[in-house]
Amino acid sequence: MSDDNGVETVERASGTGVPVRGNDIDTDQIIPARFLKVVTFDGIGQFAFHDVRFDDDDNPKDHPFNEDRFRDASILVVNANFGCGSSREHAPQALKRWGIDAVVGESFAEIFAGNCLALGVPTVTASAEEIEALQDFVDENPDAEIDVDVADETVTYGDTKIDANVDDAQRKALVEGVWDTTALMKSNAEAVAETAASLPYIESEGDA
Amino acid sequence: MSRGTLYDKVWDRHTVTRLPTGQDQLFVGLHLVHEVTSPQAFGMLRERDMEVAYPERTHATVDHIVPTGDRSRPFEGAAEEMMSHLEENVREAGIDFSHPDTGDQGIVHVIGPEQGLTQPGMTIVCGDSHTSTHGAFGALAFGIGTSQIRDVLATGTIAMEKQKVRRIRVTGELGEAVEAKDVILEIIRRLGTDGGVGYVYEYAGEAIESLDMEGRMSICNMSIEGGARAGYINPDETTYEWLEDTDAFADDPERFAELKSYWESITSDDDAEYDDEVVIDGSELEPVVTWGTTPGQGIGISEEIPHPEDLPEDKQDTARHAQEHMRVEPGDTMKGYPIDVAFLGSCTNARMPDLRNAARVVAGREVHDDVRAMVVPGSQRVKAAAEAEGLDEIFREAGFDWRDAGCSMCLGMNEDQLEGDEASASSSNRNFVGRQGSKEGRTVLMNPKMVAAAAIEGEVTDVRDLPETEVSAQ
Ligand code: SF4
Repeated sequence: MSDDNGVETVERASGTGVPVRGNDIDTDQIIPARFLKVVTFDGIGQFAFHDVRFDDDDNPKDHPFNEDRFRDASILVVNANFGCGSSREHAPQALKRWGIDAVVGESFAEIFAGNCLALGVPTVTASAEEIEALQDFVDENPDAEIDVDVADETVTYGDTKIDANVDDAQRKALVEGVWDTTALMKSNAEAVAETAASLPYIESEGDA
Repeated sequence: MSRGTLYDKVWDRHTVTRLPTGQDQLFVGLHLVHEVTSPQAFGMLRERDMEVAYPERTHATVDHIVPTGDRSRPFEGAAEEMMSHLEENVREAGIDFSHPDTGDQGIVHVIGPEQGLTQPGMTIVCGDSHTSTHGAFGALAFGIGTSQIRDVLATGTIAMEKQKVRRIRVTGELGEAVEAKDVILEIIRRLGTDGGVGYVYEYAGEAIESLDMEGRMSICNMSIEGGARAGYINPDETTYEWLEDTDAFADDPERFAELKSYWESITSDDDAEYDDEVVIDGSELEPVVTWGTTPGQGIGISEEIPHPEDLPEDKQDTARHAQEHMRVEPGDTMKGYPIDVAFLGSCTNARMPDLRNAARVVAGREVHDDVRAMVVPGSQRVKAAAEAEGLDEIFREAGFDWRDAGCSMCLGMNEDQLEGDEASASSSNRNFVGRQGSKEGRTVLMNPKMVAAAAIEGEVTDVRDLPETEVSAQ
């Protein structure tokens, strides 16, 4: 369904990893509310995890996103319920613009996963043990390549291949390049108008 | 799979087609827009040279960053930029705007119902996770992200996957000072902050049905805190009474009658099938307060703060960090927890009954010397109605700051923020670290009466220990 908007397919993402540990990391942590005061997403990447990365005087704290060895990472490895809380799309936007191409974790908050998909960023899940093992591996091998295969639902690193999970709709959207829903849905404009007209609460043309 | 529920019926009526992604394309009956999450979406639309497809199904307001004190233009800093972007965007597209100058401005989830924009059997979306609030009217209401806002602007539709439906039945009668807020905090505590992932919640049972619309909104509002993207309550006479008096129908009883038959047709069937059901005995509840940094970390006001090791394993670390941040000890109750700020506001609890209930506790008393207390009405109309009843006087005399409508300290994007490690008693919905504007800030969520009691006593207090005073207009 690639059209002139140039929708890409996202069959895989590979690169080095960065582990961010902890359950229930909410979108306020990923991008604090005060950075929502932007009217475009440009430059938002530098504020990813800002308040857990810097103290009040802007001195860097211990955080993987501050470590040189993870600076070029593109695969984020997280634990459970990542991205819970506010629906702000600034969160995946910040991660993506920081350099993240895929997130692998135990589980994701739904709105967050949906927002990631809208940017073409897969959210891939695996068991708690597999995730921890992957985080340990990344910690010890920051230069090692991690391969997230969305189509096959696997994550490969070192000699290990994890049987991962990608939500069916997400997988289809990424692999077939139909994650740009705007273009896709716009092509159904006529059917939309028909549905609208069939709804009792929509006033028919003329009496509005 | 659920069958015969309001969710199934409304979903089906709004389905345009099945997309190749496997998702359904749903028509959006009402798209609410505010200043913080929309500018990027309008920008994306412009980049692609697209127009707003259904401007007449769209309505805008300002709430998230708009000042709640001095409102002279230009606003300070980013607020002005966002405000003027919105003004320009709605003008260009021809979208109705509850601008502060109209007297109709307010938090998006307060003004929709107030103006009768929110109706049963509609699909409603907004770039804000608390859009679930509108489910109180039997609408399917979802929070969406910026790209989805772009989708809705450009196409009048949204791509979604159908979820499972869990019915939560709250039985019995709620006890003294136990409000809708306590019910939802209890639900989240029991089912967890991610218990609702993959589900839509249908709230039912006597305790829910006997709530007024404002209480129902408080419940549906926090569905998202329980992980459910949407929550709803079947419309009934209480719903219809509210709607009848709104701008949408006050002058058009015929239209009201016509739509009422539609609304009645989309309620869940008696023999509807649910994917899951949970029953909670509402008569057992007491006022709930949070001790931690997620809305699921709540306890009854006389209960003890849990020992992390007594919690399920995956909750223990979060609990330890939360207790450290909040500086609370397991085994203590939350009673007596000193607070510096009392915040009565937000789309969870800043409507008329909330203000009345709190005013009854406040009347004839004074805010504690160490507390700064504020009331931020949910909308300009709520503010005006409260002033007409003299509630503002009661709050002001007690030492509360009486502010203009907006989100304010619910998320600390405007000038109303916690400072340093201040602790707040808050009627809002999120106690995440940093949520109220300060990284060290501490938030204790509770119902509006409990906020009032905490403001007076300077510490978390069981409001049932404070005798109430009658408020004249009641
Ligand atoms: S009051 Fe709070 S929760 Fe409600 S819309 Fe505003 S920021 Fe969101």
